[in-house]
Amino acid sequence: MTEANVRNSRFDLRRLTKSKELLVFAFLILLLVFAPLFLSIFRVNLLGKFIAYAILAIGLDLIWGFTGILSLGHGVFFGLGAYCMAMYLKLEAAQGKLPDFMSWSGLESLPWFWKPFTNSALAIVMAILIPTGLAFVIGFFTFKNRIRGVYFSILSQALAIIFSVLFVGQQAYTGGTNGLTNYRSIMGFSLSSDTTKLTLYYISLALLVVTYLFCNFLVKRRIGRILVAIRDGENRVRFSGYNPATYKIFVYCLSAAIAGLAGAVFVPQVGIISPAEMGIVPSIEMVIWVAIGGRGTLIGAVIGAILVNALKSGISDSFPDVWSYFIGLAFVFVVLLMPQGIVGLVKEMARRFKQPPNHTEHLSTDKAA
Amino acid sequence: MGTYLLQIFNGISVSSILILAALGLAITFGLMKIINMAHGEFIMIGAYVTYLMQNQFLHLPKSLFGLYFLLAIPASFIVSGLVGFVLERTVIRHLYNRPLDSLLATWGVSLVLQQLARNIFGAPNVDVKSPGWLDGGLVLSQGLQLPYKRLFIIALVIVCLLSMFLLLYKSKTGRRIRAVMQNREMAESMGINTRRVDAYTFAIGSGFAGIAGCALTLLGSIGSTLGTNYIVDTFMVVVLGGVGTLVGTAAGGLLIGTANTTLEFLTNASLGKVLVFILIITLLQWRPNGLFNISSRSLDD
Repeated sequence: MTEANVRNSRFDLRRLTKSKELLVFAFLILLLVFAPLFLSIFRVNLLGKFIAYAILAIGLDLIWGFTGILSLGHGVFFGLGAYCMAMYLKLEAAQGKLPDFMSWSGLESLPWFWKPFTNSALAIVMAILIPTGLAFVIGFFTFKNRIRGVYFSILSQALAIIFSVLFVGQQAYTGGTNGLTNYRSIMGFSLSSDTTKLTLYYISLALLVVTYLFCNFLVKRRIGRILVAIRDGENRVRFSGYNPATYKIFVYCLSAAIAGLAGAVFVPQVGIISPAEMGIVPSIEMVIWVAIGGRGTLIGAVIGAILVNALKSGISDSFPDVWSYFIGLAFVFVVLLMPQGIVGLVKEMARRFKQPPNHTEHLSTDKAA
Repeated sequence: MGTYLLQIFNGISVSSILILAALGLAITFGLMKIINMAHGEFIMIGAYVTYLMQNQFLHLPKSLFGLYFLLAIPASFIVSGLVGFVLERTVIRHLYNRPLDSLLATWGVSLVLQQLARNIFGAPNVDVKSPGWLDGGLVLSQGLQLPYKRLFIIALVIVCLLSMFLLLYKSKTGRRIRAVMQNREMAESMGINTRRVDAYTFAIGSGFAGIAGCALTLLGSIGSTLGTNYIVDTFMVVVLGGVGTLVGTAAGGLLIGTANTTLEFLTNASLGKVLVFILIITLLQWRPNGLFNISSRSLDD
């Protein structure tokens, strides 16, 4: 298949699907808006957790699906955001006293870096700024030196390991393996009340919409084209006068910020954050959400995150063994047989439906890998 | 004085394990550019093969028990290699030139293999009784003893490095492997069956992981997550050392191993890991392609 053909087929696809993507998203959001009418508050709470994951998946898709950088350390950014929020919740639960685990570990006064988190607004800002800052430092020192592809993935995976080790090790400051839990209220509202839970659910839903629309806006601009161009031919982008490193650092920071936001949304609904949420296993599981949903389409990331997690809570509660096989085989199956995920599959089917079958052009964007 | 010597020995010992685990990766990742996240599970398979071998020898007369380990080394090589061969034929061969996809698919394979191990051998860790001739240690001075097990692993690493060197650089097979990895089309037109070379190269790499697993049984109990604990470190070894060179793997392993033990000795376990990571990033600033990279003029590699 020649280069021009690829471009043409992609262009057709874009016209065919891009407008529909928004429609599908709107439909999905409508479903989620009315879901609490039919579900118990426990299920709504669970759905709120999936929405937090969906927010994160959008950010991950931006960096992997669009820019072709596979980050295996997004759990860290998610975790940092979650910890920022959890520190605030923990301090509010302690009501001016020292949080319980600190006094168990023998600390006498609040460490200085905990102090700003008494303020809820500041904690939320930090939940976004701290992951962004870390991403900037890591991104600067890797992308500037053209550490890329596989090398970056491995380094980002190491990041996930050292952060979980660090958080487990610094028990007195982070709560160690147990993480931070036992919150009481958020901004004065009891976390155990149904109204608070419902409000949190709708807030996360609203944040999902905002994140989606913002990223959708972004990928349709020129910057979105450049990101895709970096994925498909980084050196050509460089020779055209753009500096890929700048764009890569930007997209890495942005997706870290989104991950931090997702973490902040996650914690008050789930009620716990521990280093187990930021290790390599959850980090790589995040990637599979995007892969199953369909990389390179924002709607795919959202669908994948919600679907995989719904399946997970359905299967793994009753058959944990089956879940390991399922998710393991899903990795292999999706990568080998449907690299464009569910969205790619639907597009392919729609295309076959519209065009006579003798037209065998493939809509592969395998180079994304 | 004694403490320092012991520290140095510990460093070398940890490095030797890292190198052993990374040797297989030097082939599958270094030469074939496949990110095999299931590499850790090949280590695990090697360890369980050793466990099974030990169980067989429990039925034999006691005097023969010590020999099981010598048999377990080739056995774990063969079994891991076979599993690697099957994996290459079924999954990996579709993924050449898609390194990030190979990473995801093999991670899935690793999840399945881990769960299989849990279902077959049970979730709790199992113990492998090391052979009697490896108990005790070499006493250098009062309070300074080098355990035979660790010395044996160091020797094993040297043997493996040497045999891999001979295999890759001094044998016909090795020449074919290098030819295919360096220029596939050219090798093909010279009449080399590249698919077959791919399959057995991957099998050899997996086999070396099996040997690593066999050696790890000397150091502690084994479980389904045995490999996961090593996978990131071993990848770092290959990345730091430089992809595709044996010298690089050895150097990377030595550096990370000694840095790990030294920094953990000077600070604490969790902080030590962070410092090692920073060290690696810093070194990569200076040499983005690793310490010993094969220089190439190609733009996209």
